[in-house]
Amino acid sequence: MINLYGKYEKLSVSNDYSGLLKLTTNELLPFPLRKQYGLISDTAKGDGFKIVLRKNSSIPSATASIKLSEEIHHLGNGDIVSIGADNNQLRVLFRKQSNQNSILLTERCNHYCLMCSQPPKINDDSWIMEEVKELVRLIPDDTMELGFTGGEPTLYGDEFIDLLSLCKSYLPRTAIHVLSNGRSFKDFSYAKKYAALDHPDLMVGIPIYSDDPVTHNFIVQSDNAFSETIKGILNLKALGQRVEIRVVLQRYSVERLEAIANFIARNLLFVDHVALMGLEIMGFTRSNLEELWVDQYDYKDKLSNAVNLLTSYGINVSVYNHQRCLVNDDVMHAYRKSISDWKNEYLEGCNGCARMDECGGFFSSSVKYKHSEFIKPFES
Amino acid sequence: MSKFQPIAFYAKPTENSYSLLPFKFSRFTNNRILLTNMVGEYFLLEEDKFQKFVSKKLGTNESSYIDLRSKHFLKDSSNEVAIDLLALKLRTKLSRLSDFTALHIFVVSLRCEHSCPYCQVSRQSEDKQKFDMSEEIAHKAVELVFRSPSPTIKIEFQGGEPLLNFELIKYIVVRAKQINENERRNLDFVIATNLAVVTDEILQFCSENKVHISTSLDGPKELHNKNRPRKGGDSYERAISGIKFARDVLGKDQVSALMTTTEASLSKVKDIIDEYIENDFDGIFLRHLSPYGFAIKTKSYASYSTEKWLDFYKKGLEYIIEINRNGLFFQEFYASTLLKKILTSEETGFVDLMNPAGIGIAAVVYNYDGSVHPSDESRMLAEMGDDKFKLGSVLTNTYEEIFGSEALLNPLEESFSSSNPMCTDCTYELYCGADPVYHYALHNDFVGRKPESSFCNRNMSIIDYLINRMEDDPFVKKLFYKWANR
Repeated sequence: MINLYGKYEKLSVSNDYSGLLKLTTNELLPFPLRKQYGLISDTAKGDGFKIVLRKNSSIPSATASIKLSEEIHHLGNGDIVSIGADNNQLRVLFRKQSNQNSILLTERCNHYCLMCSQPPKINDDSWIMEEVKELVRLIPDDTMELGFTGGEPTLYGDEFIDLLSLCKSYLPRTAIHVLSNGRSFKDFSYAKKYAALDHPDLMVGIPIYSDDPVTHNFIVQSDNAFSETIKGILNLKALGQRVEIRVVLQRYSVERLEAIANFIARNLLFVDHVALMGLEIMGFTRSNLEELWVDQYDYKDKLSNAVNLLTSYGINVSVYNHQRCLVNDDVMHAYRKSISDWKNEYLEGCNGCARMDECGGFFSSSVKYKHSEFIKPFES
Repeated sequence: MSKFQPIAFYAKPTENSYSLLPFKFSRFTNNRILLTNMVGEYFLLEEDKFQKFVSKKLGTNESSYIDLRSKHFLKDSSNEVAIDLLALKLRTKLSRLSDFTALHIFVVSLRCEHSCPYCQVSRQSEDKQKFDMSEEIAHKAVELVFRSPSPTIKIEFQGGEPLLNFELIKYIVVRAKQINENERRNLDFVIATNLAVVTDEILQFCSENKVHISTSLDGPKELHNKNRPRKGGDSYERAISGIKFARDVLGKDQVSALMTTTEASLSKVKDIIDEYIENDFDGIFLRHLSPYGFAIKTKSYASYSTEKWLDFYKKGLEYIIEINRNGLFFQEFYASTLLKKILTSEETGFVDLMNPAGIGIAAVVYNYDGSVHPSDESRMLAEMGDDKFKLGSVLTNTYEEIFGSEALLNPLEESFSSSNPMCTDCTYELYCGADPVYHYALHNDFVGRKPESSFCNRNMSIIDYLINRMEDDPFVKKLFYKWANR
């Protein structure tokens, strides 16, 4: 588990910096560039750098300097952080080493999903959008992929389209992946604005939790969600946009897992990808765990049927967030090691497993709160 | 869960508040009713549930209610999008229509060195003048081909034995590719040949021009040679060595084979299938004998009944299912075609199983003498002296005259199954097709009397069988999903 928040301690009295900052470990960075960077170094004086970040030493620099607490010692060259002025808090916004940088745009949402890992809030948090726009201008343009998530990003309306446009301007070679419930796209004119971006590598991941509209509406706790989401998908695909369907597997979605696969094959054959995703025990899932829990071991045959049905229809399907010892061999063509590096772990009991390199591991939260009782290391 | 509403909160529709979407139904096995909706999705419902369903008394939280809603047999306030999805699926099913004719068959010669008793049309003759297509006719026909708006054009060479007029095949291929430099269609060529007279030079040409070979293989040696006599009695040997030769030069997937079922085949379905497996084909098309041409004249068609053929077919299908269960992927192509219609939202381009009928719309035949026919079967009818379906001639008629002719439009309109007695109510209408040529040939009418139609009987029986089979056996269902999407 890698922490994306951490404390710091001011070393120089003159430190009054706050805001977004790119980090470097290159003490010899050309002088004209230094004022855009924070330097990570335990020894350098850091002339010309905006700020110097110490990990193990407490030597004040010539200008501003801070000491990072242990949990954020992973910070390195190319990372981007936001430094809070008053609270001695540092947030990690972009990690160069990760190929799964995901950026939260808002905590507001028009869904209230039973298993939401990021429980929605109603506060106006549109300051985040301003920060992200600034961030997009700082992210290196050789970044492979960037994710936007929420809350529901499209609640920003046209401002969200503007952000994607900014991505196209500053990061034309970066694949952008958006997580949205798709309902905003039921408005064809909005879908058209999105399509008109003509972004070279843009995909939106949209959840469908059941082929049954009532079950879907119940899971997302919103009337009309199913019909509006489907209309959104139809509009996006009519405009040639790339759409991924995401199915989070919990008790209510697993009940009709094969029916979902069949529904997709029959009605939405043209989607670009289907992701069947194991439950992350965060946010609401923790409070609803007893109701939502279903052991991967108990649905592995259903998972096989769904995966192989989708595969038969030529649909590109992936299984995310599952452990190798809890899936049948016949889904391995779809099995992905998907858990973000900063929250991926294994159990102690996994030590010595002969197929650990095939296994995607666990969410840190699963290790902490609940995991299948059938985890069993493979013998070599 | 206090912050959260229970599922009942979202199950807004109360009883009696749903409406039925269009569907057809019939009795099925085990006191069940089979329902099919307007885009070909099917659902099996117990009879008492069915009664409740149609009288709008099915409870909204019953699992069959949820299934029927998901499969678009009913609509309530929670699934308004059902109408959009049905419309989309219907458009998808019918989307081939706007492409119009994709398959263009050229009968380059009626001559053949085989004398198969079931053959519809071929002639034992050296008279090239009389039975070979001329360059003039070929030239005009190729121009008609590219009048079709279809983005995909397949030109198939038939006979007789088309290789006996290979010079003309070369002429047509070269000419079509020349025109296609501007047209930019997705252009394919196929030669339907017995391979008996194939040469290295022919295969080199096919290789250079990406011409696919479709040959005949009726089964094991004894059966094949009995069905397909030629001088020397070596049809089988020539077919097998021809297949290998053609695969060597063209590539394995560029060579396919077709079989015809004669009375002698009926007891040998396993041997026939084994022959295909042994020769490394990944499937077989268990074809019944068509009722045209010499097949009627020589009475070999009448020599087996639909029941006997169905028995043959089902035995074959069972054997093929077992082969798959034992680990070899192998399919039966007629079943695959029907399963595509049953299990997917797509449509097949198989001429016999289209509605409106595939004649002219999906395929057209340019005969050796320049006459144009809307299907292979109708040119065979013409060969027997009945010009009912003749659309005109490439020498004297325009594209508009040919494809706007009453000889095409009348049978298309009259045989449209959605307005045909019995078809319109048939649970299997969407899985079947309209075949005006068949019904005209045997019933002297484009529509025919369905209870007496063996076309109808055969298809209904097979569809029944396929649905039963996959409902009974999860392995078969998984296999059929694969066949449907081959």
